[in-house]
Amino acid sequence: MSTSTAPRTGPQLTPSPPSRRRRNRNALRHGGNRLRYAGIVALFLAPSLIPLTLFTLVPMVSSLWVALHDWNLITPMEFVGLANFRELLADGDTWAAFGHTLGYIAGYLPLVYLLGLGAALALNTALKGRNVLRAAYFLPVVTSWVVVALLWRWLLSPSNGLVNHVLGLVGIDGPGWWTDPTWAMPSVILASAWKDLGFVMIILLAGLQAIPGELYDAARVDGTSAWQRFRHVTLPLLSPSTFFVVVISLINGFQVFDQVYVMTGGGPAGATEVVVQQIYDLTFRYGRAGDASALSWLLFLVVLVVTIVQVRGQRRWVTYA
Amino acid sequence: MRRPALYTAVTVGALVMLFPFAWTVITSLTPGAGLGTPDLIPDEPGLDAYRTLLEAMPFWRILANSLWIAVASTLLQLVTSAMAAYAFARLDFPGRNALFLVYLATLMVPMQVLVVPLFIEMRELNLVDTYAALLAPSIASAFGVFLLRQAVAQVPIELDEAATIDGAGHLRIFVSVVWPLIRPALATFAVLAFMSSWNSFLWPLVVIRSPELMTLPLGLSTLHGQFTTEWDVVMAGSVISIVPIAVLYLAAQKYVIQGVARSGLK
Repeated sequence: MSTSTAPRTGPQLTPSPPSRRRRNRNALRHGGNRLRYAGIVALFLAPSLIPLTLFTLVPMVSSLWVALHDWNLITPMEFVGLANFRELLADGDTWAAFGHTLGYIAGYLPLVYLLGLGAALALNTALKGRNVLRAAYFLPVVTSWVVVALLWRWLLSPSNGLVNHVLGLVGIDGPGWWTDPTWAMPSVILASAWKDLGFVMIILLAGLQAIPGELYDAARVDGTSAWQRFRHVTLPLLSPSTFFVVVISLINGFQVFDQVYVMTGGGPAGATEVVVQQIYDLTFRYGRAGDASALSWLLFLVVLVVTIVQVRGQRRWVTYA
Repeated sequence: MRRPALYTAVTVGALVMLFPFAWTVITSLTPGAGLGTPDLIPDEPGLDAYRTLLEAMPFWRILANSLWIAVASTLLQLVTSAMAAYAFARLDFPGRNALFLVYLATLMVPMQVLVVPLFIEMRELNLVDTYAALLAPSIASAFGVFLLRQAVAQVPIELDEAATIDGAGHLRIFVSVVWPLIRPALATFAVLAFMSSWNSFLWPLVVIRSPELMTLPLGLSTLHGQFTTEWDVVMAGSVISIVPIAVLYLAAQKYVIQGVARSGLK
């Protein structure tokens, strides 16, 4: 076996006696081995590394460069050092935007997780038509946010929306949903949870399917109740899936934008002005590209820290079977 | 929970999930919808909205743009991600872990952060308002590398070794051993990649000007401005944009669930 091209990739098999043909090829290969191996690594990495460098890493670094300048996208950039960051941290709007984002996450995450878990548990049982039902729950996931937000904007329309129409039938005077500062964020959360619960369901479904059935059999023999089995078998063994859902949902939650942009545009009265909406407004409405880049780096750092804390903390509650 | 109760709950849930879509279809078939609350069954259903839509924009062109961009970016991402995944899971080279961390970090950068510098880059390259600019950010995917690396790592190393003994090099092992065995993960990723290209909004919004180069979400959002009170037209556009992606998902659903289960995302 040509160990030269596959070093340390696992336990070495005892090679069968090489035929003459193979021995010759190995002899031929022996010369430019290291160079050849480096070439192979480059061959496999280049197709993703080159585009990622050009279209993600370079813009990432240049946005940090922009963050150190005052710039309105038109006139020359003016170097200001960390002034943009200092101003942002002293600005109440920044804190408000982070507050709205956290508020969104605080409402969205528990809601989407509980709904997704309920759907996953129900659709993991041997129901007839299970695949059709799963598809129904997943359909909103594949639909674009522009479509979903337009749809919900209309369903929750204060004057002629379906939701208030139905509420009116049972004598409830529905709120102004996205036109009322109190209800605007709950409207966005509701639409988001509805759209994403299918994704959570799929991840948890896969996790449920990986739990060995014998564990439930053993627990049943011990005379446990359904609740005890859920509490002591399902939940702990589902914790890696839960972990994945929480990490991804947090990253996505901090980056919430499309639905806000289409449903409320950050309004009413700034009630849904989340961080990314703020970045967008700073850039495209006020031409403050320097501040926008600084804010996006603040956001990136927050997400990075939260993710690292999550990954570090996982040992406390995540059980890998 | 008792069986009938469970059935009822799940079915009611499914109806809640599906109802907005049914509503979209109904509205698209209700001429002049949007001023009052349309009836569940329109008095005079008709396809006027679809006709208006086709006249208002080069719709077929926009649909074709979306399709070919989504297919091209999905195929590119599948190949580039799987190759990198193979490198990270099977090849040994200095700085491997550090490089993998760099890939992961790019996952945490919101698209909005990249939009301005990326736009400037495209301007420098004279690519604004071209297909190339539309495609550029989705040639490679860090998420894909992350997902597929888990899948490659689960392919027994003994298979590689057996192939090596038979005289296969890495490229050969990648193509004829690893690729076929990670097909469920590839299918999952293909669906996710197709979805995100099909639905992407911000980047096309920034980089495309000509109506002939628009993709569906962009076309739909301009529709929203043009026909603020004509919901039937907006919803007709929505219906046409949902159908292809729904069909694709239904075809791949089996693989998606399998793929998620096997890719270590559990």
